[in-house]
Amino acid sequence: MNFPAIRVIFRQEMARFFRTFIESLISPVISTSLYFVVFGAAIGGKIDLIEGVTYGAFIVPGLIMLTVMTQSVSNASFAINFPKFIGTIYELLSAPVNYLEIVIGYVGAAAAKSILIGLVILATAFFFVDVPILHPFAMLAFLVMTSISFSLFGFIIGIWAKDFQQLQLIPLLILTPLIFLGGTFYSIDMLPGIWRTLALFNPVVYLVSGFRWSFFGTADVPVVFSLLAIAVFAGACLVLVWWIFKTGWRIRQ
Amino acid sequence: MTPIVSVKSLTKTYSTGFKALNSVSLDIMEGEILALLGPNGAGKTTLISTICGITKPTSGTVTVGGHDVITDWRAARQMIGLVPQEVSLESFERVHKTVSFTRGLFGKPADPGHIDKVLRQLSLYDKRDNKVMQLSGGMKRRVLIAKALSHAPRVLFLDEPTAGVDVELRKDMWKVVADLRSQGVTIILTTHYIEEAEAIADRVAVINKGEILLVQDKADLMRQMGKKQLRIDLTAPVSAIPEKLARHNLALANDGSTLIFTYDTKGERTGITALLNDLQAAGLQLTDLATEQTSLEDIFVGLVKESA
Ligand SMILES: Nc1ncnc2c1ncn2[C@@H]1O[C@H](COP(=O)(O)OP(=O)(O)OP(=O)(O)O)[C@@H](O)[C@H]1O
Ligand SMILES: [Mg+2]
Repeated sequence: MNFPAIRVIFRQEMARFFRTFIESLISPVISTSLYFVVFGAAIGGKIDLIEGVTYGAFIVPGLIMLTVMTQSVSNASFAINFPKFIGTIYELLSAPVNYLEIVIGYVGAAAAKSILIGLVILATAFFFVDVPILHPFAMLAFLVMTSISFSLFGFIIGIWAKDFQQLQLIPLLILTPLIFLGGTFYSIDMLPGIWRTLALFNPVVYLVSGFRWSFFGTADVPVVFSLLAIAVFAGACLVLVWWIFKTGWRIRQ
Repeated sequence: MTPIVSVKSLTKTYSTGFKALNSVSLDIMEGEILALLGPNGAGKTTLISTICGITKPTSGTVTVGGHDVITDWRAARQMIGLVPQEVSLESFERVHKTVSFTRGLFGKPADPGHIDKVLRQLSLYDKRDNKVMQLSGGMKRRVLIAKALSHAPRVLFLDEPTAGVDVELRKDMWKVVADLRSQGVTIILTTHYIEEAEAIADRVAVINKGEILLVQDKADLMRQMGKKQLRIDLTAPVSAIPEKLARHNLALANDGSTLIFTYDTKGERTGITALLNDLQAAGLQLTDLATEQTSLEDIFVGLVKESA
């Protein structure tokens, strides 16, 4: 293992994050605060308890997931697309580093940022509502696994994208709908028959459900399925990354 | 002596179907400076990129320090430093940070002392805390060289290191290259400036259309292929080459007041004595005589024309 390489990649990416520390944190904090005000206080007051939890508290895990997923994808995809775009990727290609070391460096940094942002949003949530956390370790584990697997997914998009337009495309066309339809703001039990069945094909449902379980002890789907879903998703991404570097797809002529 | 870089029957066909390298074979000896000359699109960058791992070979083998660049890529790449043709750097990064980054990528532990030494050598030390975007174009190019030297490579590839660099700085870079060579670093550089190859290379390779046309010791090359010219200045200009001199390889220049005689230094007889005799017989008066050696540039242009 080339540990110095992993370290410098990780450090470089974290430095990029901390250079724009305020912007990186402020925008998710402001937007989630707005969600709390609008959905929690204004609308939530008119909504009954869901599974014994106030609506304001109920949306906290979903909101954290929403931000962590989108941040992971955008951070990781940008991190690898940028060197491709400006040409500094030549260094990675000519250095004695293998795909695993590159992935650990870039994906590790992107995931670390998302985890940090997720925790900051959770702290923000405490200002607005009472949120119980029944299984704190499970909560952290879900946060970490989601950050890593979505960063991996973002990494793949970053390699695939030929320009900044394409970089926005997948998150906009696929990720945002999946996340919004994935039970971030509601329990999928609230959906009418056919939609509920369809929702079960949405992988985000499993992640949000598991994460929400770690807070309130109730879930849309069994927790084991949630764990399984993350494992399958992360495994699939890892295989894809391995294949990309093996064949040099879109990176090595 | 075993070569430090050995390229055997290397062919590279790009995904567009374009064959940029056609069965190239080339041995580079430890400690030498090899200049790779060739017109635009000859395949110089492709050759370097394939040795360094940026592009994959279509067929053939490359070894660096005895390590195959495909099967034993880690060991091979550890020995190599690469300065790419295009200046690509992260604008917001600070000079010493970006140089240290490369050292880390090559698996070497952080060593600020070494980084500072490299920066001093390239006259970048007082800019070490600047952001890359605050540097001039020539300085950015030197940052690329500093990055390539950050991990103390045994083999250094310089892809047009002096393109867009002023004369003063170019001379400085030649000094850096000479320094590195004295430390035993093998250097392969591409250039469009023939004078550069003439000034610093030990050997010259000429490549065109993906094929190596020639690899030779620079001095030998110039000696063997060098044609010489004898300039004969006349007291009174002539309108045409006199009949009596027709059998000599002569050309008129300078409105008829200069005759230029081209001869081969390799030839058994140069024909100078006969020419001088005939000049006298033709009754021409001379004011001056001078000889000139053909430059590497002439040789290069001649070769590339021949292969076209
Ligand atoms: N990625 C690529 N895809 C397709 N063809 C390419 C690619 N890169 C280079 N080529 C082609 O391969 C040939 C050799 O290019 P290369 O960059 O190696 O030339 P070069 O000798 O370095 O030229 P220059 O002196 O202009 O830098 C050119 O005809 C070029 O168009
Ligand atoms: Mg080139």
